[in-house]
Amino acid sequence: MPHILIPAPLRQYAGGQSSVEAPGATVAEVLAALTSLHPDLRKHLFSDQGGLRSFVNIYVGDEDIRYLEKEQTAVGASETLTIVPSIAGGAR
Amino acid sequence: MSLTPEELQRYSRHTLLPEVGVAGQERLKQARVLLVGTGGLGSPLALYLAAAGVGTLGLVDYDTVDASNLQRQVIHGTSDIGRKKLDSAADAIAEINPNVTVVRHEVALNSANALDIVRDYGVVADGTDNFPTRYLVNDACVLLGKPNAYGSIFRFEGQASVFAHQDGPCYRCLYPEPPPPGLVPSCAEGGVLGILPGVVGLIQATEVVKLILGIGETLKGRLLLYDALNMRFRELKLRRNPECPVCGDNPTVTKLVDYHQFCGMPTEIAPSEVRAKLSRGDDFMLIDVREPHEHQARNIPQALLIPLGTLPKRVSELDRSRQIVILCKSGMRSATACNLLRERGFPDVLNMRGGMDSWT
Repeated sequence: MPHILIPAPLRQYAGGQSSVEAPGATVAEVLAALTSLHPDLRKHLFSDQGGLRSFVNIYVGDEDIRYLEKEQTAVGASETLTIVPSIAGGAR
Repeated sequence: MSLTPEELQRYSRHTLLPEVGVAGQERLKQARVLLVGTGGLGSPLALYLAAAGVGTLGLVDYDTVDASNLQRQVIHGTSDIGRKKLDSAADAIAEINPNVTVVRHEVALNSANALDIVRDYGVVADGTDNFPTRYLVNDACVLLGKPNAYGSIFRFEGQASVFAHQDGPCYRCLYPEPPPPGLVPSCAEGGVLGILPGVVGLIQATEVVKLILGIGETLKGRLLLYDALNMRFRELKLRRNPECPVCGDNPTVTKLVDYHQFCGMPTEIAPSEVRAKLSRGDDFMLIDVREPHEHQARNIPQALLIPLGTLPKRVSELDRSRQIVILCKSGMRSATACNLLRERGFPDVLNMRGGMDSWT
C-alpha cells in the first residue's frame, strides 16, 4: 500500500500521525482513501470546488505531480506520496 | 578589495581551502547580503555570515527583543530584552567581526520600499515569518534578478531552497498562491523547536556563501525538507513553472503588488502614517478593538473603543463611506476586525501595523 508522509501542520488532522498508509493506484485514489480515513484533512487538501489547494503540493517519490499526470499520476504500492504545504515561519 | 593582514590571519582557515583561497575571501568581503528578519533564521545567518567575512550585511527588522525570542534567536541575549533587534544584532556582529559593515533597515519591508532596499544587495536570505513578506521578497528578487536563499520553519520541520537564481524556479513556482488566513498556523500559534531555525538558517547561510563564491551545487531546483524529530533530510525536485505569474514565460506580475491583499489579509498602515493623518485632520475613523482595561492603561484619544467581541453588534455605529483604521495591541485582533468589516461590505478598512506596541 502506498505510504503518505503527513507534514507537521496537517498532523493534527490525521490523528497525530506522521505517516499513513492508504490504498489506491493513482494520487486521486490514494488521497480519497486518506481523507475517508481522516475526514478532517479534506478541507486542508481540497478547495470547496474539489480541486487540490494551490498551497499544497503533492509529490510521488521526488516528483511534483503537477509535472506528471497531476491527480491521475500512478502510485506504485511501494511508493511514497509526500504532502508539502507552504509554511512561513522564520522570524518571530 | 584586498585583505588586511588582520583579515588574512582571521580568515586563514578559509583561505587554506582551494575552493575559497584569498580571491574567494576577497569576494566575500566585497559581497552585500540582505537578511530579511533578524529572528530565528536571521540570527544564525547573521552570526555565521559575519564570522565568514561577508563585507556588508543589510538587516531588515523593526521589532524589539522579547523574552520569548531568546529560546531560538541566538543573536540576541537576555540583557537585550526591550532593545531594537537591529541594535542588538549589530552589536553582536561587531563583536564577532568588526570588519563587517551593517546596514540597518528599520522598516517593515513593503511594496513601496522593497525594490529600493533589495536593489543594493547581491544576495537575499529570506527569514521572515509571514506569507505576505514571503511573496514580496520573492517578487522583488525575481524582478531585480537577485538569488534568494530561502528557509522556512514550523514546529519540528523546515524547508530550504534557492529561488530566482539564473533560470531556476521561484517561490511562486512552488506555491502559486498563499493559504487563506487562519488555515495554516504561525510559529507564534503552533510553536517551534528552538534549535530548528539554527539548522535551517545555516543551510541558508551555506547557500549564500556558495552563491557568492560560485562554488558547489546550490539548492536551485531542489526543495530540501528537514524533519528534526525523525532526523531526516529529504529532497524534492522543483521546476520553473512556464506559467508562473512572475518568472514564467509571459509574466503578469511585472511590479510589486499589495501582498496583504494577495494573501487575503487586510491592507496595513504604518503607525507613523496614522499619526500624520491625525495631525493633518484627515477624514477617517480610528477604532480601538482592545478591551476597556487595556484602553484605560494607554490609548490614542481620537480612537473610538469598540472591543472586538462587541464589534458585530456595533457595526451600525460605523460609517461605510469613510475610511476606517483599526488598531489593537499588536495587530492581530485588529486584523480579525478588518476582515469582519470587509465581509460586511466596508470598502476601505486598514489595519494599523504592530498596534499600540508600535505606537511611540
